[in-house]
Amino acid sequence: MPTLKPELPDDHLEYVEAWGRASGSVAHVFRPSTIDELKKNFKLAQETGRTIGFRGGGNSYGDAFGNRENMVLDLSRLNRITDWNPETGIIKVEPGVTVEQLWRYVLADGWWPPVVTGTAKTTVGGCAAMNTHGKNGFVMGTFGDHITEFEMLMANGRKKVCNREKNSELFHAAIGGFGMFGCFTSLTMQLKKIYSGHLEVEGCSRPNLASAMSWFDENRDGADYLVGWLDSTAKGSGFGRGEMHKARYLQPGEDPAPARTLSLQAQAIPDSIMGIIPKSSMWFYMGFFFNNFGMKMVNTGKYVAARMLTGEKGKKYQQPHAAYHFLLDYVPGWKWGYGRGGLIQYQTFFPKKTAEDAFAALLKLNQERRMPNYLTVVKRHKPSDFLVSYSPDGYSMAMDFRITRHNREAVSRMARAMDEIVVKHHGQFYFAKDSTLRPDIAQQTMGTEKVAEVIRLKKKYDSKFFFQTDLWNRVFAPLAKK
Amino acid sequence: MTNIQTNGVTQSVRPLEPQPAAIVVGASSGIGAALVKELAKRGYRVGALARREDKLDELVAGIKGQTLVKAIPHDVTDYEAIPDVFSQLVDELGGLDLIIYAAGVMPNVGPEEYDFEKDRQQVEINLLGAMGWLNLAARRFQITKSGTIIGIGSVAGDRGRKGNPAYHTTKGALATYLESLRNRLADSNVQVTTIKPGFIDTAMLDGVEGTFWVISPERAAELILNAAEKKRQIAYVPFQWRFVMLIIKYIPSFIFRKLSV
Ligand SMILES: Cc1cc2nc3c(=O)[nH]c(=O)nc-3n(C[C@H](O)[C@H](O)[C@H](O)COP(=O)(O)OP(=O)(O)OC[C@H]3O[C@@H](n4cnc5c(N)ncnc54)[C@H](O)[C@@H]3O)c2cc1C
Ligand SMILES: NC(=O)c1ccc[n+]([C@@H]2O[C@H](COP(=O)([O-])OP(=O)(O)OC[C@H]3O[C@@H](n4cnc5c(N)ncnc54)[C@H](OP(=O)(O)O)[C@@H]3O)[C@@H](O)[C@H]2O)c1
Repeated sequence: MPTLKPELPDDHLEYVEAWGRASGSVAHVFRPSTIDELKKNFKLAQETGRTIGFRGGGNSYGDAFGNRENMVLDLSRLNRITDWNPETGIIKVEPGVTVEQLWRYVLADGWWPPVVTGTAKTTVGGCAAMNTHGKNGFVMGTFGDHITEFEMLMANGRKKVCNREKNSELFHAAIGGFGMFGCFTSLTMQLKKIYSGHLEVEGCSRPNLASAMSWFDENRDGADYLVGWLDSTAKGSGFGRGEMHKARYLQPGEDPAPARTLSLQAQAIPDSIMGIIPKSSMWFYMGFFFNNFGMKMVNTGKYVAARMLTGEKGKKYQQPHAAYHFLLDYVPGWKWGYGRGGLIQYQTFFPKKTAEDAFAALLKLNQERRMPNYLTVVKRHKPSDFLVSYSPDGYSMAMDFRITRHNREAVSRMARAMDEIVVKHHGQFYFAKDSTLRPDIAQQTMGTEKVAEVIRLKKKYDSKFFFQTDLWNRVFAPLAKK
Repeated sequence: MTNIQTNGVTQSVRPLEPQPAAIVVGASSGIGAALVKELAKRGYRVGALARREDKLDELVAGIKGQTLVKAIPHDVTDYEAIPDVFSQLVDELGGLDLIIYAAGVMPNVGPEEYDFEKDRQQVEINLLGAMGWLNLAARRFQITKSGTIIGIGSVAGDRGRKGNPAYHTTKGALATYLESLRNRLADSNVQVTTIKPGFIDTAMLDGVEGTFWVISPERAAELILNAAEKKRQIAYVPFQWRFVMLIIKYIPSFIFRKLSV
């Protein structure tokens, strides 16, 4: 018989919704703004028998920051930049500092975060916990590769300083450890020196999957960013065709007026990105395209436009960093275009050898089931040495699926079928994007040893399983019980 | 606290297969028991409450399948215990999306009987228990801006008949209480549905004469959940009672008391 938990007042109850809006759960949400408050929240949870899950910016697509009926600590108010050295590019921040805050703070001094996500609303703590990647994974690795040290508040209320020498086991587990070992309270990072606020971007189109994939390794020398967008709706000879973008930093001297391009004004994006439609109502117009037919039009149209504008050979132009990385942030509420049911993302990572076959099988499956994904993004990665690493020397493909009241079951079933393809091709999953992974598939893709090691370290650093999330309970709790 | 019975299902909740959670108060027999089964069939995790432990045992043991069912023996007139039982169940179910108050009693009352104890029992179970439980759910739903409340009233609440004054009173008062909740919670995205059953084939009908349009509790359970799903404010079960009651409501008292309805 479970013992009764002491009352936790219900006035902090909130529905914590996944970024993709397709799911959520109710939790007691607290928003500490000092480390002292954070410690008090730990104590309150312990006194009332609740577990704690952390939320950074809430940009994980699925259930990574939810903690059903327990406590969620939203860390976005712990957002102070505590030290900055414009000579060395070393910065020390609290975990709730967003990527946006970060780049805006350092840009004028000629620095840029070495790894950024597709949205700048993410927090440094959230990026560390998921060990995020950017479009430059093949050269810069993951977010954690640029963290030199962090402080973590452990379940016992004590602080631990971790770097590659000191407490290196915890260092390598907590980065990528999806908030399961403790709370990052301070993070120190080495930023990247830049000599212009502009990137040189080159777009081109590729007529089929094989040539889209080979484009990455043909172009990696001299490129700082590589990303491909595939037309998921194309069939026949154009199957897997795509629009590819590479970009590079400008070298010293290439930008005649770096002080100007490195200013915040130069990074701003015009208020109406399509000329006439104000960006604040873009999502409304996008709604018309967020269905299977509309997406076919958009995918085809985008490809044809890319082909006409840039051709197979490519065309070069300059673009501000912010516009290149965070375009979607400038279309407020674009995800509302997906409608009330929201969306999920299914992102998988494959070694070089199997990636093309795997991508082909996945795209074909979507087409067969008439559930095309609306946005397919391919990136190139290199391995990382963190415990919960998801990136091999290979490729990732991210696919967005619209969720409606009626298709949940069908999408779940298709996810099962996609899982089989992933297992067969030695693929990996990434928790920040996940909504469908089951324990058995996690075990197969991560490997029994890796899973056992995660659970061993969980028991070592958080023996009472004080830190939990809906993600943990869905994927790992059943494995930890075994 | 008292012991919990469970069917032992431990499947975890997945984002695309959310398994909503429901509590049924008054679940050991009749309409409540049928609701528990129907909810489990529809993929809900269910918490079931009533006094008779053996009946709850039987109910839980009879439900196989994918979702979790938990039962706690509980007397709704133990008002002090309600908050604890509520939080414990919500905790065990991993949330709350729907609450149904079905507990009710209708003792036999003779034509010249004025038994305060019987009246008090009905007010306590049919009405005060409902307030005890639904107040907690209403507050939670208001804060979290979602949820559904279903109260099982009765066609008997629409008029005060000769038979059992307290029963009519409690069902009428319950309907008014639910209407108030509905109005309070309208801005908070909370659905409140008042169910007014006619004759349902349960123990409550034992010894009642002159019944018609009798439906099974299983059928009633389906209709009740459908009504809430369709966001009905008030639903007669089965629906033809709506027309009967429309007429009956407007019969003047001096005639009404002469009719044997
Ligand atoms: C439009 C969009 C584009 C994206 N593009 C990319 C991309 O290009 N590359 C990529 O890798 N990801 C991408 N993501 C995913 C996103 O970067 C990750 O989910 C990231 O972890 C989100 O950071 P957050 O601050 O919002 O954290 P949340 O989503 O709130 O939390 C993420 C995890 O971190 C934990 N956590 C948060 N703060 C702390 C802390 N202080 N201490 C311990 N644990 C903590 C949480 O418990 C949770 O498990 C994208 C997401 C969106 C919505
Ligand atoms: N049957 C009909 O024709 C009809 C018509 C209109 C309205 N209704 C209403 O429908 C509801 C269900 O009735 P039913 O027909 O299904 O009859 P029932 O089989 O007698 O069910 C009544 C339920 O209420 C529970 N209950 C009674 N007192 C309780 C208490 N003190 N604490 C907790 N639970 C209590 C009972 O469980 P325990 O005894 O185990 O506690 C039982 O589960 C009632 O509100 C009734 O008024 C029925």
